[in-house]
Amino acid sequence: MGMAADSEFHVLAVDDSIIDRKLIERLLKTSSYQVTTVDSGSKALEFLGLHEDLHDRIDQNTPSVSPNNHQEVEVNLVITDYCMPGMTGYDLLKKIKESSSLKNIPVVIMSSENVPSRISRCLEEGAEEFFLKPVRLSDLNKLRPHMLKTKSKDHCKEQVDEKTAFPSPKQEGKEESNNNKRKATEEGVSPERTRPRPRPRPNGITTMV
Amino acid sequence: MDLVKLQRQLVDYRDSLYHECFLDEQFTQLQELQDENNPDFVVEVVSLFFEDSERLLNELTKALEQQSIDFKRVDAHVHQLKGSSSSIGAQRVQKSCIAFRNYCEEQNVEGCLTCLQLVRQEYYLVKSKLEALFKLEQQILSAGGSIPI
Repeated sequence: MGMAADSEFHVLAVDDSIIDRKLIERLLKTSSYQVTTVDSGSKALEFLGLHEDLHDRIDQNTPSVSPNNHQEVEVNLVITDYCMPGMTGYDLLKKIKESSSLKNIPVVIMSSENVPSRISRCLEEGAEEFFLKPVRLSDLNKLRPHMLKTKSKDHCKEQVDEKTAFPSPKQEGKEESNNNKRKATEEGVSPERTRPRPRPRPNGITTMV
Repeated sequence: MDLVKLQRQLVDYRDSLYHECFLDEQFTQLQELQDENNPDFVVEVVSLFFEDSERLLNELTKALEQQSIDFKRVDAHVHQLKGSSSSIGAQRVQKSCIAFRNYCEEQNVEGCLTCLQLVRQEYYLVKSKLEALFKLEQQILSAGGSIPI
Protein backbone atom coordinates (compact mmCIF):
# COMPACT_ATOMS: atom_id res chain seq x y z
CA MET A 1 0.00 0.00 0.00
CA GLY A 2 1.20 3.58 -0.75
CA MET A 3 4.64 4.98 -0.52
CA ALA A 4 6.39 4.35 2.75
CA ALA A 5 7.31 8.02 2.62
CA ASP A 6 3.71 9.07 3.14
CA SER A 7 3.49 7.73 6.66
CA GLU A 8 6.46 9.91 7.52
CA PHE A 9 4.27 12.94 7.01
CA HIS A 10 2.62 14.19 10.12
CA VAL A 11 -0.36 16.47 9.84
CA LEU A 12 -1.77 18.53 12.68
CA ALA A 13 -5.52 19.03 12.19
CA VAL A 14 -7.30 21.78 14.10
CA ASP A 15 -11.08 21.99 14.36
CA ASP A 16 -13.47 22.79 17.19
CA SER A 17 -16.10 20.41 15.79
CA ILE A 18 -15.73 16.86 17.03
CA ILE A 19 -17.48 15.55 13.93
CA ASP A 20 -15.14 17.39 11.61
CA ARG A 21 -12.11 16.26 13.61
CA LYS A 22 -13.16 12.68 13.20
CA LEU A 23 -13.76 13.20 9.52
CA ILE A 24 -10.48 14.95 8.77
CA GLU A 25 -8.63 12.35 10.78
CA ARG A 26 -10.11 9.55 8.71
CA LEU A 27 -9.46 11.41 5.47
CA LEU A 28 -5.83 12.03 6.42
CA LYS A 29 -5.24 8.47 7.61
CA THR A 30 -6.79 7.12 4.43
CA SER A 31 -4.21 9.24 2.61
CA SER A 32 -1.54 7.52 4.75
CA TYR A 33 -0.56 10.47 6.87
CA GLN A 34 0.08 10.43 10.55
CA VAL A 35 -2.48 12.61 12.26
CA THR A 36 -2.81 14.56 15.44
CA THR A 37 -6.06 16.41 16.04
CA VAL A 38 -6.65 19.27 18.46
CA ASP A 39 -9.77 21.30 19.11
CA SER A 40 -8.36 24.82 19.25
CA GLY A 41 -5.70 27.13 17.88
CA SER A 42 -4.11 27.54 21.29
CA LYS A 43 -3.75 23.77 21.66
CA ALA A 44 -2.26 23.67 18.18
CA LEU A 45 0.38 26.19 19.17
CA GLU A 46 1.10 24.25 22.34
CA PHE A 47 1.57 21.10 20.33
CA LEU A 48 3.88 22.94 17.97
CA GLY A 49 5.92 24.02 20.95
CA LEU A 50 5.00 27.67 20.86
CA HIS A 51 3.92 28.83 24.25
CA GLU A 52 3.65 32.60 23.94
CA ASP A 53 1.41 33.89 26.68
CA LEU A 54 -0.27 30.55 27.26
CA HIS A 55 -0.03 28.84 30.59
CA ASP A 56 2.04 25.72 30.45
CA ARG A 57 -0.88 23.42 30.72
CA ILE A 58 -1.35 20.12 29.01
CA ASP A 59 -4.93 19.11 28.55
CA GLN A 60 -5.27 15.57 29.80
CA ASN A 61 -8.74 15.30 28.35
CA THR A 62 -7.62 15.55 24.77
CA PRO A 63 -6.00 12.20 24.10
CA SER A 64 -5.06 13.11 20.60
CA VAL A 65 -2.70 15.87 21.75
CA SER A 66 0.80 14.65 22.33
CA PRO A 67 1.54 14.64 26.06
CA ASN A 68 5.17 15.30 25.32
CA ASN A 69 4.56 18.80 24.08
CA HIS A 70 8.03 19.49 22.81
CA GLN A 71 9.41 21.04 19.69
CA GLU A 72 10.93 17.84 18.39
CA VAL A 73 7.54 16.55 17.25
CA GLU A 74 7.81 17.26 13.59
CA VAL A 75 4.70 18.57 11.92
CA ASN A 76 4.76 18.68 8.15
CA LEU A 77 1.50 20.50 7.64
CA VAL A 78 -1.19 22.20 9.66
CA ILE A 79 -4.76 22.00 8.41
CA THR A 80 -7.15 24.19 10.32
CA ASP A 81 -10.77 25.23 10.36
CA TYR A 82 -11.32 28.94 9.86
CA CYS A 83 -14.26 29.56 12.19
CA MET A 84 -13.28 28.63 15.70
CA PRO A 85 -14.08 30.33 18.99
CA GLY A 86 -11.18 32.22 20.53
CA MET A 87 -8.34 31.90 18.07
CA THR A 88 -9.61 31.61 14.50
CA GLY A 89 -7.82 29.61 11.84
CA TYR A 90 -6.64 32.90 10.41
CA ASP A 91 -5.18 33.94 13.78
CA LEU A 92 -3.43 30.60 14.01
CA LEU A 93 -2.06 30.99 10.49
CA LYS A 94 -0.69 34.40 11.38
CA LYS A 95 0.97 33.16 14.54
CA ILE A 96 2.60 30.30 12.69
CA LYS A 97 3.87 32.54 9.91
CA GLU A 98 5.16 35.10 12.40
CA SER A 99 7.13 32.48 14.30
CA SER A 100 10.72 31.98 13.23
CA SER A 101 10.58 28.35 14.25
CA LEU A 102 7.25 27.52 12.65
CA LYS A 103 6.88 29.73 9.60
CA ASN A 104 8.04 27.08 7.17
CA ILE A 105 5.24 24.74 8.10
CA PRO A 106 2.62 24.80 5.33
CA VAL A 107 -0.83 25.77 6.54
CA VAL A 108 -4.13 24.90 4.89
CA ILE A 109 -7.41 26.55 5.84
CA MET A 110 -10.83 24.87 5.72
CA SER A 111 -14.13 26.68 5.84
CA SER A 112 -17.77 25.86 5.36
CA GLU A 113 -18.33 29.34 3.96
CA ASN A 114 -17.31 30.47 0.52
CA VAL A 115 -16.26 34.05 1.19
CA PRO A 116 -13.85 35.31 -1.47
CA SER A 117 -12.39 38.05 0.71
CA ARG A 118 -11.73 35.50 3.44
CA ILE A 119 -10.03 33.20 0.98
CA SER A 120 -7.74 35.88 -0.41
CA ARG A 121 -6.91 37.15 3.05
CA CYS A 122 -5.76 33.68 4.07
CA LEU A 123 -3.76 33.13 0.95
CA GLU A 124 -2.10 36.51 1.31
CA GLU A 125 -1.18 35.64 4.86
CA GLY A 126 0.59 32.56 3.62
CA ALA A 127 -1.93 29.72 3.53
CA GLU A 128 -1.05 27.19 0.87
CA GLU A 129 -4.59 26.11 0.13
CA PHE A 130 -8.12 26.94 1.08
CA PHE A 131 -10.56 24.03 1.12
CA LEU A 132 -14.30 24.38 1.24
CA LYS A 133 -16.03 22.00 3.61
CA PRO A 134 -16.94 19.25 3.51
CA VAL A 135 -13.39 18.35 2.59
CA ARG A 136 -12.97 15.48 0.15
CA LEU A 137 -10.20 12.95 -0.37
CA SER A 138 -9.43 14.60 -3.69
CA ASP A 139 -8.68 17.85 -1.84
CA LEU A 140 -6.09 16.06 0.26
CA ASN A 141 -4.18 14.99 -2.83
CA LYS A 142 -3.09 18.61 -3.04
CA LEU A 143 -1.28 18.41 0.28
CA ARG A 144 1.65 16.18 -0.57
CA PRO A 145 3.61 18.69 -2.71
CA HIS A 146 3.52 21.20 0.13
CA MET A 147 4.77 18.63 2.61
CA LEU A 148 7.50 17.43 0.30
CA LYS A 149 8.88 20.93 0.33
CA THR A 150 9.31 20.83 4.09
CA LYS A 151 10.84 17.37 3.97
CA SER A 152 13.39 18.46 1.43
CA LYS A 153 15.15 20.62 3.97
CA ASP A 154 16.63 19.37 7.18
CA HIS A 155 14.26 19.93 10.01
CA CYS A 156 16.42 22.45 11.75
CA LYS A 157 15.18 25.36 13.80
CA GLU A 158 18.43 27.28 13.45
CA GLN A 159 18.08 27.62 9.71
CA VAL A 160 16.70 31.11 9.35
CA ASP A 161 18.14 32.29 6.07
CA GLU A 162 15.75 30.42 3.81
CA LYS A 163 16.71 32.09 0.60
CA THR A 164 20.16 30.59 0.52
CA ALA A 165 19.49 27.45 2.51
CA PHE A 166 17.16 25.62 0.22
CA PRO A 167 17.59 24.36 -3.28
CA SER A 168 14.67 24.68 -5.62
CA PRO A 169 12.08 22.16 -4.54
CA LYS A 170 11.38 21.25 -8.15
CA GLN A 171 13.59 18.18 -7.80
CA GLU A 172 11.79 16.95 -4.73
CA GLY A 173 8.23 17.90 -5.43
CA LYS A 174 6.14 16.07 -7.94
CA GLU A 175 4.86 19.30 -9.40
CA GLU A 176 5.99 22.88 -9.24
CA SER A 177 4.22 24.63 -6.47
CA ASN A 178 2.66 27.16 -8.80
CA ASN A 179 1.32 24.59 -11.24
CA ASN A 180 -0.48 22.36 -8.80
CA LYS A 181 -2.07 25.26 -7.09
CA ARG A 182 -5.80 25.63 -7.52
CA LYS A 183 -6.43 24.22 -10.93
CA ALA A 184 -10.14 24.66 -11.18
CA THR A 185 -10.74 21.90 -13.67
CA GLU A 186 -8.98 19.10 -11.81
CA GLU A 187 -10.57 16.12 -10.22
CA GLY A 188 -14.21 16.94 -10.56
CA VAL A 189 -14.20 19.99 -8.38
CA SER A 190 -17.78 20.94 -7.65
CA PRO A 191 -18.79 24.14 -9.42
CA GLU A 192 -19.72 25.94 -6.19
CA ARG A 193 -16.18 25.74 -4.91
CA THR A 194 -14.35 28.97 -5.50
CA ARG A 195 -10.85 28.51 -6.76
CA PRO A 196 -8.74 31.14 -5.03
CA ARG A 197 -6.47 33.43 -7.01
CA PRO A 198 -2.90 32.19 -7.12
CA ARG A 199 -0.80 33.95 -4.55
CA PRO A 200 2.01 35.82 -6.25
CA ARG A 201 5.37 34.50 -5.15
CA PRO A 202 8.66 33.65 -6.78
CA ASN A 203 8.86 30.18 -8.18
CA GLY A 204 10.86 27.73 -6.17
CA ILE A 205 11.11 29.64 -2.94
CA THR A 206 9.18 27.91 -0.25
CA THR A 207 8.79 30.67 2.27
CA MET A 208 6.58 33.65 2.12
CA VAL A 209 7.95 36.84 0.72
CA MET B 1 -36.57 -12.68 6.08
CA ASP B 2 -34.01 -13.95 3.61
CA LEU B 3 -30.76 -12.20 2.95
CA VAL B 4 -31.43 -11.14 -0.61
CA LYS B 5 -34.73 -9.60 0.40
CA LEU B 6 -33.04 -7.73 3.25
CA GLN B 7 -30.36 -6.43 0.94
CA ARG B 8 -32.92 -5.27 -1.57
CA GLN B 9 -34.86 -3.58 1.20
CA LEU B 10 -31.74 -1.74 2.32
CA VAL B 11 -30.90 -0.52 -1.16
CA ASP B 12 -34.45 0.71 -1.70
CA TYR B 13 -34.56 2.39 1.66
CA ARG B 14 -31.21 4.04 1.22
CA ASP B 15 -32.14 5.24 -2.27
CA SER B 16 -35.31 6.78 -0.87
CA LEU B 17 -33.30 8.73 1.69
CA TYR B 18 -31.24 10.30 -1.07
CA HIS B 19 -34.29 10.83 -3.20
CA GLU B 20 -36.08 12.68 -0.44
CA CYS B 21 -32.93 14.67 0.33
CA PHE B 22 -32.56 13.39 3.85
CA LEU B 23 -29.07 12.43 2.77
CA ASP B 24 -26.78 13.78 0.09
CA GLU B 25 -23.52 12.74 -1.55
CA GLN B 26 -21.50 13.61 1.52
CA PHE B 27 -23.03 10.58 3.22
CA THR B 28 -21.72 8.49 0.34
CA GLN B 29 -18.28 9.99 0.95
CA LEU B 30 -18.50 8.81 4.55
CA GLN B 31 -19.35 5.30 3.45
CA GLU B 32 -16.39 5.30 1.10
CA LEU B 33 -14.10 6.10 4.01
CA GLN B 34 -15.25 2.99 5.82
CA ASP B 35 -13.31 -0.22 5.26
CA GLU B 36 -12.37 -3.47 6.97
CA ASN B 37 -9.93 -1.61 9.21
CA ASN B 38 -12.54 0.97 10.15
CA PRO B 39 -15.79 -0.96 9.88
CA ASP B 40 -17.79 1.27 12.21
CA PHE B 41 -16.67 4.63 10.92
CA VAL B 42 -20.04 5.77 9.62
CA VAL B 43 -21.92 4.73 12.74
CA GLU B 44 -19.29 6.44 14.89
CA VAL B 45 -19.42 9.73 13.04
CA VAL B 46 -23.20 9.71 12.91
CA SER B 47 -23.37 8.94 16.64
CA LEU B 48 -21.16 11.95 17.30
CA PHE B 49 -23.51 13.97 15.14
CA PHE B 50 -26.52 12.81 17.16
CA GLU B 51 -24.89 13.74 20.48
CA ASP B 52 -23.62 17.05 19.23
CA SER B 53 -26.91 18.01 17.59
CA GLU B 54 -28.96 17.26 20.66
CA ARG B 55 -26.58 19.35 22.71
CA LEU B 56 -26.94 22.20 20.24
CA LEU B 57 -30.72 21.94 20.13
CA ASN B 58 -30.79 22.20 23.92
CA GLU B 59 -28.50 25.21 23.82
CA LEU B 60 -30.68 26.83 21.18
CA THR B 61 -33.82 26.25 23.21
CA LYS B 62 -32.22 27.84 26.27
CA ALA B 63 -30.78 30.75 24.34
CA LEU B 64 -34.14 31.58 22.79
CA GLU B 65 -35.88 31.43 26.17
CA GLN B 66 -33.77 34.26 27.53
CA GLN B 67 -35.33 37.61 28.31
CA SER B 68 -32.72 39.31 26.27
CA ILE B 69 -31.74 36.99 23.42
CA ASP B 70 -28.13 36.88 22.38
CA PHE B 71 -28.60 36.42 18.66
CA LYS B 72 -24.89 36.11 18.03
CA ARG B 73 -24.82 33.15 20.34
CA VAL B 74 -27.88 31.62 18.72
CA ASP B 75 -26.29 32.11 15.32
CA ALA B 76 -23.07 30.49 16.48
CA HIS B 77 -24.96 27.38 17.55
CA VAL B 78 -26.89 27.23 14.29
CA HIS B 79 -23.66 27.67 12.37
CA GLN B 80 -22.23 24.67 14.20
CA LEU B 81 -25.28 22.58 13.49
CA LYS B 82 -25.23 23.59 9.86
CA GLY B 83 -21.60 22.58 9.64
CA SER B 84 -21.95 19.21 11.26
CA SER B 85 -25.07 18.28 9.32
CA SER B 86 -23.24 19.24 6.15
CA SER B 87 -20.29 17.08 7.17
CA ILE B 88 -22.40 13.96 7.44
CA GLY B 89 -24.65 14.68 4.50
CA ALA B 90 -27.85 15.46 6.41
CA GLN B 91 -29.06 17.83 3.75
CA ARG B 92 -32.50 18.74 5.05
CA VAL B 93 -31.12 19.62 8.47
CA GLN B 94 -28.41 21.69 6.82
CA LYS B 95 -30.90 23.55 4.66
CA SER B 96 -33.20 24.29 7.57
CA CYS B 97 -30.26 25.90 9.34
CA ILE B 98 -29.78 28.37 6.51
CA ALA B 99 -33.20 29.94 7.01
CA PHE B 100 -32.56 29.94 10.74
CA ARG B 101 -29.39 31.97 10.34
CA ASN B 102 -31.23 34.55 8.26
CA TYR B 103 -33.70 35.11 11.10
CA CYS B 104 -30.82 35.43 13.54
CA GLU B 105 -29.33 38.12 11.40
CA GLU B 106 -32.65 39.94 11.39
CA GLN B 107 -32.97 39.37 15.14
CA ASN B 108 -36.44 38.02 14.48
CA VAL B 109 -37.49 36.02 17.55
CA GLU B 110 -40.61 34.50 16.09
CA GLY B 111 -38.75 33.48 12.97
CA CYS B 112 -36.04 31.89 15.08
CA LEU B 113 -38.51 29.97 17.21
CA THR B 114 -40.26 28.65 14.13
CA CYS B 115 -36.96 27.64 12.62
CA LEU B 116 -35.87 25.91 15.79
CA GLN B 117 -39.01 23.83 15.63
CA LEU B 118 -38.33 22.99 12.01
CA VAL B 119 -34.69 22.14 12.58
CA ARG B 120 -35.60 19.94 15.50
CA GLN B 121 -38.19 18.17 13.37
CA GLU B 122 -35.77 17.59 10.55
CA TYR B 123 -33.13 16.38 12.94
CA TYR B 124 -35.36 13.78 14.58
CA LEU B 125 -36.57 12.66 11.19
CA VAL B 126 -33.08 12.04 9.86
CA LYS B 127 -32.10 10.45 13.13
CA SER B 128 -34.86 7.89 12.92
CA LYS B 129 -34.11 7.25 9.25
CA LEU B 130 -30.44 6.67 9.91
CA GLU B 131 -31.18 4.42 12.85
CA ALA B 132 -33.48 2.37 10.65
CA LEU B 133 -30.77 2.19 8.01
CA PHE B 134 -28.17 1.02 10.49
CA LYS B 135 -30.59 -1.54 11.85
CA LEU B 136 -31.07 -2.99 8.38
CA GLU B 137 -27.31 -3.08 7.92
CA GLN B 138 -26.93 -4.95 11.18
CA GLN B 139 -29.58 -7.46 10.19
CA ILE B 140 -27.75 -8.14 6.94
CA LEU B 141 -24.42 -8.53 8.68
CA SER B 142 -25.89 -10.80 11.32
CA ALA B 143 -27.36 -12.96 8.57
CA GLY B 144 -23.84 -13.35 7.25
CA GLY B 145 -24.30 -11.07 4.27
CA SER B 146 -22.52 -7.96 3.11
CA ILE B 147 -23.92 -4.47 2.71
CA PRO B 148 -24.65 -3.74 -0.95
CA ILE B 149 -22.98 -0.62 -2.28
